[in-house]
Amino acid sequence: MSEATIPPGTQAPVFYETDEHHHDAGGSTMLGFWLYLMSDCLIFAMLFAAYGVYGGSYAGGPQPHEIFELPLVALNTSMLLLSSITYGFAMLAMNDGKVRAVQGWLAITGLFGLAFLSIELYEFSTLIQEGAGPQRSAFLSSFFTLVGTHGLHVTFGIIWLVTLMVQVGRKGLIAANQRRLQCLSLFWHFLDVIWIGVFTFVYLLGVLR
Amino acid sequence: MMSDALLKTIFGRLTLDSFPIHEPILIGTFAVVAMGGAAMLAALTYFKVWGYLWKEWFTSVDHKKIGIMYMILGIVMLLRGFSDAIMMRAQQAMAFGPNEGFLPAHHYDQVFTAHGVIMIFFVAMPFVTGLMNYVVPLQIGARDVSFPFLNNFSFWMTTAGAVIVMASLFVGEFARTGWLAMAPLSGLDYSPDVGVDYYIWSLQIAGVGTLLSGVNLLATIIKMRAPGMSLMKMPVFTWTALATNVLIVAAFPVLTAVLAMLSLDRYVGTHFFTNTMGGNPMMYVNMIWIWGHPEVYILILPAFGVFSEVTSTFCSKRIFGYTSMVYAILVITILAYLVWLHHFFTMGSGASVNSFFGITTMIISIPTGAKIFNWLFTMYKGRIRFELPMMWTIAFMITFVIGGMTGVLLAVPPADFVLHNSLFLIAHFHNVIIGGVLFGMFAGINYWFPKAFGFKLDKKWGTISFWFWVIGFYVAFMPLYVLGLMGVTRRLRHFDDPSLQIWFIIAAIGAAMIAVGIAAFLIQFYVSFRNREALRDWTGDPWNARTLEWATSSPPPAYNFAFTPVVHDLDAWYDMKSNNAARPVNGFRDIHMPRNTGAGVILAGLSTVIGLAMIWYIWWLAALAFVGLLAVAVGHTFNYDRDFYITAAEVTTAEDEHTRQLTGHAAVAGA
Amino acid sequence: MSADTHHDHGHAPGAHGHDPHDNAHGHGHSSEGAHGSRKDYLIGFVLSVILTAIPFGLVMSGVIADPRITAGIIMVFALVQIVVHMIYFLHMNAKSEQGWTLMALIFTIIVLTICLAGSMWVMYHMNLNMMPNMGGDASAM
Repeated sequence: MSEATIPPGTQAPVFYETDEHHHDAGGSTMLGFWLYLMSDCLIFAMLFAAYGVYGGSYAGGPQPHEIFELPLVALNTSMLLLSSITYGFAMLAMNDGKVRAVQGWLAITGLFGLAFLSIELYEFSTLIQEGAGPQRSAFLSSFFTLVGTHGLHVTFGIIWLVTLMVQVGRKGLIAANQRRLQCLSLFWHFLDVIWIGVFTFVYLLGVLR
Repeated sequence: MMSDALLKTIFGRLTLDSFPIHEPILIGTFAVVAMGGAAMLAALTYFKVWGYLWKEWFTSVDHKKIGIMYMILGIVMLLRGFSDAIMMRAQQAMAFGPNEGFLPAHHYDQVFTAHGVIMIFFVAMPFVTGLMNYVVPLQIGARDVSFPFLNNFSFWMTTAGAVIVMASLFVGEFARTGWLAMAPLSGLDYSPDVGVDYYIWSLQIAGVGTLLSGVNLLATIIKMRAPGMSLMKMPVFTWTALATNVLIVAAFPVLTAVLAMLSLDRYVGTHFFTNTMGGNPMMYVNMIWIWGHPEVYILILPAFGVFSEVTSTFCSKRIFGYTSMVYAILVITILAYLVWLHHFFTMGSGASVNSFFGITTMIISIPTGAKIFNWLFTMYKGRIRFELPMMWTIAFMITFVIGGMTGVLLAVPPADFVLHNSLFLIAHFHNVIIGGVLFGMFAGINYWFPKAFGFKLDKKWGTISFWFWVIGFYVAFMPLYVLGLMGVTRRLRHFDDPSLQIWFIIAAIGAAMIAVGIAAFLIQFYVSFRNREALRDWTGDPWNARTLEWATSSPPPAYNFAFTPVVHDLDAWYDMKSNNAARPVNGFRDIHMPRNTGAGVILAGLSTVIGLAMIWYIWWLAALAFVGLLAVAVGHTFNYDRDFYITAAEVTTAEDEHTRQLTGHAAVAGA
Repeated sequence: MSADTHHDHGHAPGAHGHDPHDNAHGHGHSSEGAHGSRKDYLIGFVLSVILTAIPFGLVMSGVIADPRITAGIIMVFALVQIVVHMIYFLHMNAKSEQGWTLMALIFTIIVLTICLAGSMWVMYHMNLNMMPNMGGDASAM
């Protein structure tokens, strides 16, 4: 059996790696985090599925074109897009090894994130005041849940971002912190991708219905 | 009045009435559990093992110890889940005509719900995860999993879920909805009590653990294989672990989402699954089965892996049709997502939808059948050794084929319209879960126990357990097929037709036989421990096996392999043996290992508090615990000092000891 | 396979002082591969601004009379924009982690499509069959 698998000509197959190299502890981190994001993506998939099924279940309540304010959504979308490019600049600064610049860009990213959240909260509170809260109909339940879950992710992203600003300040751009910045980068841009789905399928298609 | 409001703020809806002091069965159970628990705690304190347990086990990030803890959790919860089962069997065997049995409806409904939830989430899942945790890193020649701390955290989150389920026994009540908590019954209108909330929070918390352990093992298998182990040289068990973890990562988010929507319905008043305001209960059924069907394969695939390893080892042959085995696993992984509607053909989606899902369901039996043939052909002309793992494997093949065929029968939509929700269905899924998953886990436990503890399990008691389990299974569940065909539906507490009683009595006898099987299983551990010197294995390879986990000592050192093995063949260890590969006995180096941490225990503990506080509407406590959770989690990331070195001297000592054992054994064998 | 692949560390020199971990052999160093350049980020940003602005413009101005055509167009834009983000911001390519990230993504998209399309198909047919008087449209519920 083994004769067949060991190429002819090699007399002594090596069965143990005796001059072993050091293994980097964080070698699986990026892949692992990506796999986590894929699972998160499926949570959103189910929320989108719920919105897809309930999107027309108004129960006699308000309909999308009555309650969605596209200019506000456009403003919100631009906040998130801007935060994406500023996070990109933070990553570029990281590649150049500039601690201060990384922190600065992270701070700007965080502010855009906060602006996004504030606009979203403003939208939510207006809707609830107008009597279009999540209890009004299945359509509104699924809308608030989908958009709210995205907002919750942004909130945790901001907490993580602040944590990383402190950690980069303390330890500098060591390998572990670089990995963390890259993970948050994936997370942040991933939220952006989800938002593309939200503004298209929830807001724009909702208004068209 | 003032104090009433104050009490409500402090304790939520938890009052003295929440403690079931008027139910003798529960009080009795509580007394037994409390005394047993107190005795155990006292013993632990007396023998001063708390420090040892905390340092060596609870905070351990060693995949082997975590794997063993998962198995212990599974065994403990098996006892709880089985007591529920035997109560149901006893109730149904006696509750005919004027006899109301011994379980009131309120209690009986909790029992069948708890039985299902516990058996799937806290018995089968810990067993499966435990085996994968223990075996996969060894089998791929790695020193640990990719994220050792996350592994510890995952285990404690699963345990936290189990703790919450157990708490429902003595504080409040558990869900009375059936194991999937179907809406709208599980909504606030029909289940206003804490039962469904216990259900939701225990599953959500345990689900976090399951998902993270899935990510972890997936990254481990992808990134940490020994040099030379290409995908097509991976042992079949590792392949099934890969597929199972893919399914976990892609299916558990669905459960998280659907349970989150159910909790929003219950806590916030949204209308996902209500009957009013546009809600649709059938959407709950749809979504929970999108998770539920892959879950079935999450459980069975690792069992298939165990059977493949066992068959190949005990027939002393390479597995037949390895490539087809791998492709069968992959096809099952994809098809697992295309069959979910067969759980609710009767919903009324119509002929086109039902035909599609009926056909996909029939298709998925093809790769499974191919695997059965692969095992049979591996046995064909093999030199079969009938050790316990092999006996369980053969019992599996016979039993699972029967269960599989009744499954294909149920896949035919018209037949399903007759049989759905009947005891025929109950018999079918116990047939595949006991005959497939549980037999697989027993095969795995008997197979890998000597690796984990350095001595084999006692064969006599193992054989007794085997026969009582296997015969008990048939006696307990074949009558249910009959009853199902006669139209008896599931979850009934009382019957009027006396002609049915004999079948239920036979089923109860079967359950009693299984009880003997479980007792023999526990005695097997005790007897084996007592006779451990006689059962000792010094070689690390007691079964003359073929894969890498047997290349190291039993139990393996913390670092698994002093030198990472290099793989040239599918049966890597067999290849090494047949080439007389010399195990290096000197030149050891420092080994880089992760450090133990208590953060996992603390985080899971805080999650338990959040869960219990949310269940009882104790908002301040939930908020406090959540802030604490966040603080500990963030604080943990500030700890950059997470690893240490096992020095070359320590490695040398451990390896020299193993060398001494190996040569000593050889000398004894030679004499 | 993880053993015999050796990755180039494509980061700028001096980005982080090569600690001893980093020049070891192939095991899992591909985390270093996921870097984008300033140009990538800017292209991505400009494209995504355009791809966002056009759908918003179409819907808000209502230039196309038939909403179904508008809907089709904005869905195409969304898909294109998702791809743009994947490439320029998430730096997806077939090589990172020996292709495993792309593999995971494709598998996720398959499962996601099955769940989304499947749920809507199944629920639509149920409504059609079980509530025929309601026009078979979920909106009537």
